[in-house]
Amino acid sequence: MAKLPIQFRLNGSDRATFVDPASNLLDTLRRGLGDFGPKYGCGQGTCGVCTVLVDGEPQLACLTLAVSCEGRQIETTSGMADGPNLHPLQDAFMDHFAAQCGFCTPGMLTAARALLAKNPQPSREEVVEAISGNICRCTGYEPIIAAILAAANAPGARRA
Amino acid sequence: MLELRKDLFADERDDNLNVIGKGVQRQDMPGHVTARTRFFDDHAFDGMLHLKVVRSPHHHARIRSIDTSAAERAPGVKRVLRGADVPVNKNTLLSLINFGKDDEPSLAVSKVSYKGEPVIAILADSEAQALAARKLVRIDYDPLPAVFDVEETLKPGAPVVNETYPGNYFEYHERFDHQKLRFGDVERGFASADIVMEHRYQMSPIEHAPTETNGSIAAPEQNGRYVVHSCAQGLFFALGTTAKIVDVESNQLHFIGGTVGGGFGGKVDSLTEPLAVLGAMLTGRPVRFVLDREEEMLYGSPRGAERIYIKDGLMRDGRIVARHIRSYFDAGAYTRLSSYAAIKCTAHVPGPYWIPNVASDIYVSYTNRCPSTAMRGFGVTAVDFALEVQMDRLAEAASMDPMEFRILNAYRDGDMKPHRRAAKNTALVECVQVAAEKANWPLSEQAKRASSLIGGGAGERAQIPATQLDARGQIGRPDTRSGPVTQVLPAGTSRIAPSKQPVMEGARDGRATPTQVPRYEPQRPTAPPPPAYQPAPPPYQPASSYSPAPGHQPASPPPASPPPAAPAQTQHGAVRFSSVFGTRRR
Amino acid sequence: MLDLRTCASLSEAAGILSGDRQALLIGGGTLVMRDVNEGRLTEGTLVRVTDPAFRQMSTGGARVELGAGVTMAMVLANRDLAFLHAAARAIGGPAVRTMATIGGNLFAAAPYGDFTVALLALDAQVVLQSGYGSGRAVALEDFLSARERGGQGLVTAVQFARPQNPAEFHFRKISRVKPKGISLLSIAAHLPLAGGRIAQARVAYGAMAPTPIRARGVERALDGKPLDQAAVQVAKQAALEGCRPATDAIASEWYRREILPVHLGRLLAGEPR
Repeated sequence: MAKLPIQFRLNGSDRATFVDPASNLLDTLRRGLGDFGPKYGCGQGTCGVCTVLVDGEPQLACLTLAVSCEGRQIETTSGMADGPNLHPLQDAFMDHFAAQCGFCTPGMLTAARALLAKNPQPSREEVVEAISGNICRCTGYEPIIAAILAAANAPGARRA
Repeated sequence: MLELRKDLFADERDDNLNVIGKGVQRQDMPGHVTARTRFFDDHAFDGMLHLKVVRSPHHHARIRSIDTSAAERAPGVKRVLRGADVPVNKNTLLSLINFGKDDEPSLAVSKVSYKGEPVIAILADSEAQALAARKLVRIDYDPLPAVFDVEETLKPGAPVVNETYPGNYFEYHERFDHQKLRFGDVERGFASADIVMEHRYQMSPIEHAPTETNGSIAAPEQNGRYVVHSCAQGLFFALGTTAKIVDVESNQLHFIGGTVGGGFGGKVDSLTEPLAVLGAMLTGRPVRFVLDREEEMLYGSPRGAERIYIKDGLMRDGRIVARHIRSYFDAGAYTRLSSYAAIKCTAHVPGPYWIPNVASDIYVSYTNRCPSTAMRGFGVTAVDFALEVQMDRLAEAASMDPMEFRILNAYRDGDMKPHRRAAKNTALVECVQVAAEKANWPLSEQAKRASSLIGGGAGERAQIPATQLDARGQIGRPDTRSGPVTQVLPAGTSRIAPSKQPVMEGARDGRATPTQVPRYEPQRPTAPPPPAYQPAPPPYQPASSYSPAPGHQPASPPPASPPPAAPAQTQHGAVRFSSVFGTRRR
Repeated sequence: MLDLRTCASLSEAAGILSGDRQALLIGGGTLVMRDVNEGRLTEGTLVRVTDPAFRQMSTGGARVELGAGVTMAMVLANRDLAFLHAAARAIGGPAVRTMATIGGNLFAAAPYGDFTVALLALDAQVVLQSGYGSGRAVALEDFLSARERGGQGLVTAVQFARPQNPAEFHFRKISRVKPKGISLLSIAAHLPLAGGRIAQARVAYGAMAPTPIRARGVERALDGKPLDQAAVQVAKQAALEGCRPATDAIASEWYRREILPVHLGRLLAGEPR
């Protein structure tokens, strides 16, 4: 089966590669383009560790057909910081110890980023809903919720 | 809020600590929030192959034949592995410390003993190709009767799950079919009790469900070495296990790990490393072997199920005078770490309560279920659940408040435990008092005044009672599961091993080495506390991890309660319980 | 190996699907890509539709039509569909809702497919297109009962009448994990009142059978009655009629049977979950 060419913008840079027709976006990002920010956790849409933004909307990379991302804007945690300056969410995650093993962290940050882009002052319930598709098996939800709420109140948080 | 009760733990902690009790940023946190932390799968290799295994669809079956020819011809397939390709295709994890016999193949050869057991491994250029080729493997099975119940499997005539242990139980010291603890005379205790109560408790297996599934990437390095990116919780444990199975010196393997995407005990079994390294050796290419979510949940070895029977003798005033615990730990089809779970369980009973007569019999049963392994207090949490439910039932039978019932029966400092060590730093009384206060749970004045520092080690509470022994469960004896008392040890008898030799069973080649079973010696009550450690008599040379230096005695003396009449030495004998891992626990 | 066909028109996709038994439509990917990732789907052709009609929504009038490619997030962003927001929000987390489509939900095996339960209580019709012909409307209930056999063609849209009073439409998903867990069961009910009495009740369950089902016993019990305590009691007694729940990782058959009347009673009585 011939591979298909695909091109999209990843964290602000134009990237192109070839994929198998049924490849998912997660494999394409990780093994095709070397962005190991999104993780593989389940391949079935239950854990959220592969969450990325496609044209600003959260999507699960493991269930996204890579070909469907042609010409779109993909953003991952790897591109969240502005050079040496961390995103307010990243700062808040550090300040609140909102990571234990760290495996869910990229997906959590992306889910939180999608929330704050649309809703800069979310309630606690809205934060809980926003990360309801992301599993933290270390069960550190409370520090994560606290970090997102703190980031929402931090200066510069509205930067998507 | 952390509060250290200096009245109870005066010598337990230095007040001048730089880190504990303070918020200090973790060194791995910047990597986590920037996604720069590299987990095992976050490594790129050119030409990497993907390994997928074909698993048994049967719980128990003979393998009649295997046909991999179609899979070998499938697009992208570079190699198909069978059991015969694995250099040492039988292993038990704790063989690294000579505990137990090799019983588990990396790839099943003549039979499968649980649903999901790996039989064939396929290495292909892409994951999709490996998955497609997996469907082309033809295995002809002859299903066998299966057994899933921890007690049924011990009955005569039950299907043999694991040929290495034909009785379907783990063999301790080559002599016993279970772990045994005896202290005093439980039968006499039951006879003298006002109430005797027995209940059965059952726990289910629990999957760790780490968000990162088990996996590894192995790749050829220079000079015949292999680099292995691994999710292992015990990296050197995985290294030793892999070196044994693929039959290379351990210095040929370069394991890189430390970042684990959730483990909880489920990443100590080296489920993927040996086959990944073997694949890299046989193909000369990097090999990635990662369980998918379904494999992780169904075949990634859970916390073992346990069935627990607790029989108690209770006085109307609330004192427990005898407790017998019989428990069956479900190992699944292979040992892995279950042999250790039963040892931990034995070390934990009868719970944090002083009871003058205690007996326990803890079995490791083999069943045709997925092998179980470590998980957060395995061997302890299930029996704790059972014990505390039982405590509530006993409190009700004695018409007592359950909190006060626990305060009444809790260990006090200096109490003799059935393991013949004095309890110290117990503090359960105070824990219950604080819990009651926080929950606005009313306690009587008497219960509020109770202290773990008062009343412990008084009179018989410090004594080792005369103890009934039996030969029940002795392997090869017709009366193996029942039998009369064979010996009564006089009061004060402490168990002292004739040498400092730790219990050794099995060896790398699967043969058991001779075992020295502990002898019993009367204690000399008037003797001064012996030194912490006495060198073993020749010819035995203790391994360094089993021979603490003389200065290894706990630095702090026991609290200012009357010195227990029991042996102050806390070394061998009792230490055997944790000597499996070469560590001492207080 | 899997192939992929990208179709710019619905009829092209429908043509491929009716001509090739190994062809499978991929919508948001939440069902199909899972099977690909886990190696259950290794051969055949994935059919992808880029036709804008597939994602069209007509929500202004009395008759609502939603393209099969409309996502849960699109439903949630549409104020005209507020009565369906509870059902749409029951599907996964935000990332799943960006992807999951209404058409895909019709094919989700129990205990999934909660949105379809809501559609069933709205008496929805499924628009099917076979080959290059034009679409035909089929009652959702008939579509579901034929679902396992397959080969019904391409689902292009669903249609239903907007409830005249959105407050008369109810949806509940019962799960153990809060705020988001897989269904123990779900219940949707459309209970229009005419002169104080229920006229043409529609009640549907998810996870109480291999596909979402209508609760005809409950509908009969409620029809023509005021929604009072007595009616709720009778409805609860009829709750289990036609149910064939499965035992799965989420709950046992026994448990589902035990809790269904309880939650149905609470929904009808307007009590919290």
